[in-house]
Amino acid sequence: MAQFGSVTERLANNHFEPDDEESHIEVDQAAARAAGVGPLLVRICPAHVYSMGEDGSIGVTHAACLECGTCLAVAPPGTLRWHYPRGGFGVTYREG
Amino acid sequence: MTVEPDEASEADFDVIVIGGGVAGCVAAYQLAKAGRSVVLIERGAEPGAKNLSGGVFYSRVMEQVFPDFVTDAPVERRITRNVLSFLSPASSVNIDYWDERLASPVNAVTVLRARLDAWLSAQCEAAGVMVMPGVRVDALIMSGDQVVGVTAGEDELRAHVVIAADGVNSFIAQQAGIRAKEPMKHLAVGVKSVIRLPREVIEQRFHLTGDEGVAYAVVGDCTQSVAGGGFLYTNVDSVSIGVVLRLDDLAAKGLSSSEVHDHFLAHPAIAPFLADGELLEYGCHLTIEDGPQMVTHDLTRPGLLIVGDAAGFTLNTGLTIRGMDLAAGSAIAAATTANKALDTGDFSLASMEGYRAELGKTFVGADMKTYDRAPAFLENPLMYGEVGQLLSDVLYGVFNHDLTPRKHLIATALKALKKSPMTIIQMAKLAVAAVRAL
Repeated sequence: MAQFGSVTERLANNHFEPDDEESHIEVDQAAARAAGVGPLLVRICPAHVYSMGEDGSIGVTHAACLECGTCLAVAPPGTLRWHYPRGGFGVTYREG
Repeated sequence: MTVEPDEASEADFDVIVIGGGVAGCVAAYQLAKAGRSVVLIERGAEPGAKNLSGGVFYSRVMEQVFPDFVTDAPVERRITRNVLSFLSPASSVNIDYWDERLASPVNAVTVLRARLDAWLSAQCEAAGVMVMPGVRVDALIMSGDQVVGVTAGEDELRAHVVIAADGVNSFIAQQAGIRAKEPMKHLAVGVKSVIRLPREVIEQRFHLTGDEGVAYAVVGDCTQSVAGGGFLYTNVDSVSIGVVLRLDDLAAKGLSSSEVHDHFLAHPAIAPFLADGELLEYGCHLTIEDGPQMVTHDLTRPGLLIVGDAAGFTLNTGLTIRGMDLAAGSAIAAATTANKALDTGDFSLASMEGYRAELGKTFVGADMKTYDRAPAFLENPLMYGEVGQLLSDVLYGVFNHDLTPRKHLIATALKALKKSPMTIIQMAKLAVAAVRAL
């Protein structure tokens, strides 16, 4: 959608309070690989938080998370630990 | 965590409300107005910071709480035009309903939650609620099977009643053993862009006067045939537009949520509405597709009431998508229940279960029942592809004067149906199911 930029460019407009000390998302790489869940996480996350590494591992850019919980809803049990960020951190919607 | 029963009696507050959305704020406000000591804990840095809705609030219920809600609260536009749009890749068929009566009394408004929730929270504060933003509740404190408070990091807060208004992902309802992992088909992801357009441009493009607004419910190619739909709502000087995608079908179809969203905004029937607009914010939110099924689980534990999205109070009737009105209605019922419990000092399960009876007295309980077949109807894949194309093909046969001799409408329709992958039997079944479910 050229008129509004890439997802990354769109998120640059959003307001975030990044938590540099802890990530609220943790992938169990072995379990995720066994379940083959990586490509699903990559496509289903509207914020493009997840990416596939060349070695098949799943990369996580937790600072871009819009905190919807879709990844947790689709991930098989044991593959993903996802919670809300600590109080005051994460996305701050202004037009939600 | 678990504590001994004698510790449990030392309450810091009468009521702890977790989550500062519509449900949490309404519950907290009602209880503070009744003279109770209430703390409202919100994980966002400001109330509304974490909240995102499509944007239409069927707002009559709010008059029970704030008599002048529509004039006092920061609402965007009053919806007087509702458009149901069947979208195909290169055509669209719309049912366009405008009615002045929808403006008096005001029936539905568009809202932006960062503004609405901040206002609601300010009303709470004025009524005496202690509003605590920037705090994430981590867990319930249990005394036996009784909920007696919450923990947030190192801190503990005790209360006689805890109201969980922590949204669709409700970790609290899960911890209480009320909700397990939801089946994917109960959930959908909403992806929304808010696009700024000058006020006059919105009024011209959408044929609106003054503070009137329009709500589009779109089905078909907007989601590239994924179960769900598209929406477009006008705000004062912006448009909220996006898609809602049922998770099981999105996963099965192998599509990307952001790409489906982009496809909708670029659709030739939609893109002209957004021309020269500026993207203000891109966001997403998980939403509930089968509210009636979800609310069949428990809604209470001793000392605990679950309200709003956390409990599953959402309805997609195909024509209207409702959540905030049901959030407010459930919160009013929960506040009434908590208030009675505080009067009697009885916080047992039996006392909390009065909530279901309170819900049953209101539109919330009734509507959840009325529409319990709607989600199953909306599972029919024909709705997301063939139906829209068939409507277009019938109208194409009517309006495309290609110099072949004209046929009566019924013959034109039957010809289009013959071309469609749908059979007459399928269409008849769909029509009967629609009449029963919607």
